[in-house]
Amino acid sequence: MSTPFYVSPQQAMADRAEYARKGIARGRSVVVLQYTDGVLFVAENPSRALHKVSEIYDRIAFAAVGKYNEFENLRIGGVRYADLRGYTYDRDDVTARGLANVYAQTLGTIFSSAAEKPYEVELIVAEVGPGPEDDQIYRLPHDGSIVDEHGSVAVGGNADQISSYLDQRHRDGMTLAEALKLAVESLTRDNNGGERTLTAEQLEVAVLDRTRPQQRKFKRLLGRQLSRLLEGHATDVSVDESEEAAPGPGADEAPGAS
Amino acid sequence: MEANTRSIGRLPAAFLTPGSSSFMDFLGTHQPDLLPGNRQLPPLKGAVEAPHGTTIVAASFPGGVVLAGDRRATMGNVIAQRDIEKVFPADEYSAVGIAGTAGLAVEMVKLFQLELEHFEKVEGVQLSLEGKANRLSTMIRSNLGMAMQGLAVVPLFAGWDVDRNKGRIFSYDVTGGRSEEHGFAATGSGSVFARGALKKLFRENLTEDQTTTLVVQALYDAADDDSATGGPDLARRIYPIVTVITDEGFRKLTDAQCAEVVRAIHERRLQEPDGPRAALL
Repeated sequence: MSTPFYVSPQQAMADRAEYARKGIARGRSVVVLQYTDGVLFVAENPSRALHKVSEIYDRIAFAAVGKYNEFENLRIGGVRYADLRGYTYDRDDVTARGLANVYAQTLGTIFSSAAEKPYEVELIVAEVGPGPEDDQIYRLPHDGSIVDEHGSVAVGGNADQISSYLDQRHRDGMTLAEALKLAVESLTRDNNGGERTLTAEQLEVAVLDRTRPQQRKFKRLLGRQLSRLLEGHATDVSVDESEEAAPGPGADEAPGAS
Repeated sequence: MEANTRSIGRLPAAFLTPGSSSFMDFLGTHQPDLLPGNRQLPPLKGAVEAPHGTTIVAASFPGGVVLAGDRRATMGNVIAQRDIEKVFPADEYSAVGIAGTAGLAVEMVKLFQLELEHFEKVEGVQLSLEGKANRLSTMIRSNLGMAMQGLAVVPLFAGWDVDRNKGRIFSYDVTGGRSEEHGFAATGSGSVFARGALKKLFRENLTEDQTTTLVVQALYDAADDDSATGGPDLARRIYPIVTVITDEGFRKLTDAQCAEVVRAIHERRLQEPDGPRAALL
């Protein structure tokens, strides 16, 4: 029997990291921005059914890029974690920090375990607080590290370029329409400095809106409401005034919550 | 892997295993001790004394459905609580009202709400109204052992069916038997009296405001004849819980709105204690 080649741990990790990064870089980016009333998620995603941005719990949402089956798996794991924790204790005991930690541990274990291939995913976990200063945004790269982000963040293919574009232009106290405009601008710039146009149909947009009366603050922006926002007509329109409210968001009180 | 949600570590394998979109199924495989149906009752001599919720009524109107409940919980001949809430939103388009053992019922509602929310988050779409009603059936059936020992939970489920564009009402028995009610329904100890009132006053073409008045009239009549049902407590300003579900979703009447309906009815009852009279023919 022949002896296996020696590969240094540094080299092995570097190879795994490169493998994961390449996978992630193939996908289109997702950007997450804070605005006055909450946190905005924008992704380039022509699919209406396969989401890159999703609700996890009352004030917590999830965005991901990379391999769909892998991040979908993590998303469902997160929903199960959050629902079980809220059921065992209280809805207030489910936090983005806790969820981000669990994701970090999970990704970290997978990344450093020789038996598994590293996940080709990068996640964002965000929680909207009572005020803008209480919002939390965590970025979780493939290797299980956690980065605490503020203002704006991008993950995916052109993340570095988009992030620096956003960093220069994002400011506190933007309205939803301003933040959305900036997010779309950042996504439409491609590598060579040229610009594409993205229509409402190619975008997946969702918000965690702290002003929503419901307990669940997550809401998708769809159809006419999104088009209106993109055209900049509805700068002051609150998210909930749309006639095409997404089915879903729920209960404004739970029996255990009062 | 060990069931561990309390400390922070890697997500256990069960969390990442592809499976059903049901939270109850997940609990059943991952932490079965948390499912109310798996609880073992010690052998009992007599009936267990625990607070009971009493009367829930529902009525539909062309644009939706109204679900309401009184506020009294009783334990034997004692009033255990004067301001209990027995009507809850199940999700955006449905509500559930509960009669029976209050503690178990509230727990069942909490799990039912979570079940619907979990499905919606995992699948990205809501269950059909029929699906929600069936899910509630399963939960009641899992409580059958306790029901046999006197700890029954009998809910009333009402919601807006977005596929059929109408409000629908489902009633249940302790074995989980489910039946769709047309027009109106009532459950709990005061339900016989409430149903009599509903039967006399219900019309197919009532408005939303008329329907909320109707259900409060029915609760008034239930409280009039059933000692376990609480009437509107004008002195303490405790009014029935009245909820409305339309194509715009679930809405609960504010205290002020309820007070208005209750006071109007009360004023009339001071002149006519038996309430409005239906035509003889």
